[in-house]
Amino acid sequence: MKQRDAAIVGIHEYQSRDVEGKVSALQIKAESAARALEDAGLSWSDVDAIYDAGDGGGMNGLTIAEYFGLKPTVIDTTNVGGSSYEFHAAHAKRDIASGKANAALLTYGSTAHSNARAIGVGGAGGAGRHPADNMDVFSGMTLVANYAMVAHRHMHDYGTTSEQLAEISIATRCHAMRNPDAVRAMEDLEFLDIRETTIDDVTNSRMIADPLHLLECCMISDGGGAVVIASPEVAKNCRKTPVWVLGSGEATKYPQAGGDITASAGAYSGAQAFGEAGITPAEIDIAMIYDSFSITVMVLLEDLGFCKKGEGGAWVEGGRLRFDRPSDGPALNTDGGGLSSNHPGMRGIFLLIEAARQLRGESCSQVPDAKLAVAHGNGGMLGSRHAAGTIIMGRD
Amino acid sequence: MNEPTRPLPRANELDTQEFWAATKNKELRYQQCDGCNTVVFYPRRHCTGCTSGNLTWKLSKGFGTVYTFSVVRQSYHPFFRGKVPYAVAWIELEEGPRILSNVIDVDDPLVDVQISMKVELVWEEHEEINIPLFKPVD
Repeated sequence: MKQRDAAIVGIHEYQSRDVEGKVSALQIKAESAARALEDAGLSWSDVDAIYDAGDGGGMNGLTIAEYFGLKPTVIDTTNVGGSSYEFHAAHAKRDIASGKANAALLTYGSTAHSNARAIGVGGAGGAGRHPADNMDVFSGMTLVANYAMVAHRHMHDYGTTSEQLAEISIATRCHAMRNPDAVRAMEDLEFLDIRETTIDDVTNSRMIADPLHLLECCMISDGGGAVVIASPEVAKNCRKTPVWVLGSGEATKYPQAGGDITASAGAYSGAQAFGEAGITPAEIDIAMIYDSFSITVMVLLEDLGFCKKGEGGAWVEGGRLRFDRPSDGPALNTDGGGLSSNHPGMRGIFLLIEAARQLRGESCSQVPDAKLAVAHGNGGMLGSRHAAGTIIMGRD
Repeated sequence: MNEPTRPLPRANELDTQEFWAATKNKELRYQQCDGCNTVVFYPRRHCTGCTSGNLTWKLSKGFGTVYTFSVVRQSYHPFFRGKVPYAVAWIELEEGPRILSNVIDVDDPLVDVQISMKVELVWEEHEEINIPLFKPVD
């Protein structure tokens, strides 16, 4: 491990996944920020850099600074969907290393559930302003169908099965059942029959868009969170053990003639991040990988280098991704993931938060002596245009 | 009450308006750079392969293969909810571009649509423009 530029020193995941329309996204952001600062032993006045996906509308960087009551010298409103928070962590590390910031605050809040947004199956609602949208709008491709097309091609090219994809769903559900906040989330969102699941449960659940079943699709919740990233000097005096940001990578991918839909931008962002951190995937204890759908994790395990392209199906078999199988490789999404704990639309911040919990020894599904974690966000749509942000984290 | 209709593109969107205008004549067009031969799709005003490019509109013959697809079983969209199950597919045209569309004219999309199957263009007619869909090659 080479880099000691910046550390995660404060984290908070907003507890409720169903605010019943009584709390705004901005309020979720502010409360999460305050709790994360308390977790670090810092206050608003310590923050000199803010990172927010700008989902609050025009001039969001300015208005959210005012809302928090801050006068930051760094404002970053990069929005690349669910991977925004990995991009923010990468930028915060860079801004701190360059001396432009000492304490960076990353925030996220959403009321997607309360707003009754049918994110996955809403389907082309109308022609957008972007020319790409204007070409796709007539097809009726739902978000689920976009990812399902990746799964179909993965099955076609590599013989991957629904049973293998289901391994991802059941490992995350296993972890969710150990996390009281995840169980409450599933109750509040009126999941049926909340319990650990089997491969048959997943493959017998209703098909949403072939070949993806209901239990391979993430929930739509309310929620949010905050992360504080600080310089080594600030981290030294913080309340909790620092979790170092050791490496980062950012990449994008678009549909292209002759392109391979089963390979994501994660292959590029992952290689950058592991290279910068000076470690290999085999050393990783915790894999926080954006589980919008089962196939997202399958593709990303391959692209991040845990196994070769096309071999993910066999690799995940037999419960390998569970937290109590540490000798087999990393534990996956130990908070319960987007599939079974928290997905308000852009889940990337929770990947950083749970990875930090594991490296502090605070997870509900704690991997003993976890030292190294990867957080990988996928933003946009895996089967067409998407962004990939990879963050490697480690403790002393 | 009017039947819900397929969501249509904006005919006056500045990058794609020539593509959609050509569909009035049932022509499926794509762009290629005179300078570096890069195929540009979706349509744009600039070449993505070089900075000097002049793009020329080319005519696709309308034949291709299903690169991948999904059969949508659930949609909340007023039009598509009544169409389930229907096949959404990335079609790889023989000329190179990959276009998102539907595979139609099959008895059962769950059985009759396959990756790598040959398909051909079929136009769904609308007032201002026509919509490029695909059906299995006979």
